Amino acid sequence: MGNGTQLGRVRGLGSAREGAHHWWHQRVTAAANLFLMLWLLISIAHQPAYDYGALHAWLASAWVAIPMILLVVSVFYHFRLGLQVLIEDYVHSELRIALMLLLTFFTVTTAGVAIFAILKIALAGVPA
Amino acid sequence: MASPRNAARPLSPHLFAWKPGIHMIVSITHRITGDGMATVGTILFVWWLAALSGGAESYARFVDIFTYSTGGLNIIGYIFGIGLTFSLFQHIASGIRHFVMDTGAGYELKVNRTGAWLTFVASVTLTVLFWAYLVWGK
Repeated sequence: MGNGTQLGRVRGLGSAREGAHHWWHQRVTAAANLFLMLWLLISIAHQPAYDYGALHAWLASAWVAIPMILLVVSVFYHFRLGLQVLIEDYVHSELRIALMLLLTFFTVTTAGVAIFAILKIALAGVPA
Repeated sequence: MASPRNAARPLSPHLFAWKPGIHMIVSITHRITGDGMATVGTILFVWWLAALSGGAESYARFVDIFTYSTGGLNIIGYIFGIGLTFSLFQHIASGIRHFVMDTGAGYELKVNRTGAWLTFVASVTLTVLFWAYLVWGK
């Protein structure tokens, strides 16, 4: 850039109608997290037992596995937005780019492991 | 990318220019609880799911770290358990306060102060009730 009128230089660099996405996504996932985490807390409190067999059978149910996967998606997306702000606020050097990349890898990897673990339990089927 | 700060120039008045108040404590607690759960909570949660999906033996190894052989929680179990539930309740209460303030409400000094205190009242009460139910209520 550098040619043209001042208006021409500004055009396209202003609001792309995307500036509020981070803020808005944080709110949308926060609302979803509120219900999903309260469900998880109440479900855990209501467990009759906490041994392997009881918890494995609990998570194998579609009524538990589905909300648990939705929880992972919403909560992990939310925490990625939050940790991004932490990095943006306190890291001002080039290290910021590396940390952002690391954060994305951390989020996707942990979410991948969590969802795989849930599906493995839920799709293993009920033993005969 | 932000250019490196010129150390010869003063920082804008930030933390230490203002009289500390409960609203500041709630704000930084929201960040600490959120980022704490995002790191420590995430690792424990994913570890728990992975251990559970790995079979009875792998789950026993996970549970063994946080419990006595008699089955009750040990000190590590209580520290992470109470720490994470308090963090969650405080982050939820503070998050709901954020939703209210997002609408433009609750900025009057008295209302703002009361709301800030209420997040701690709610989170401490809910943490105590949750653990009282787990330990004695079942």
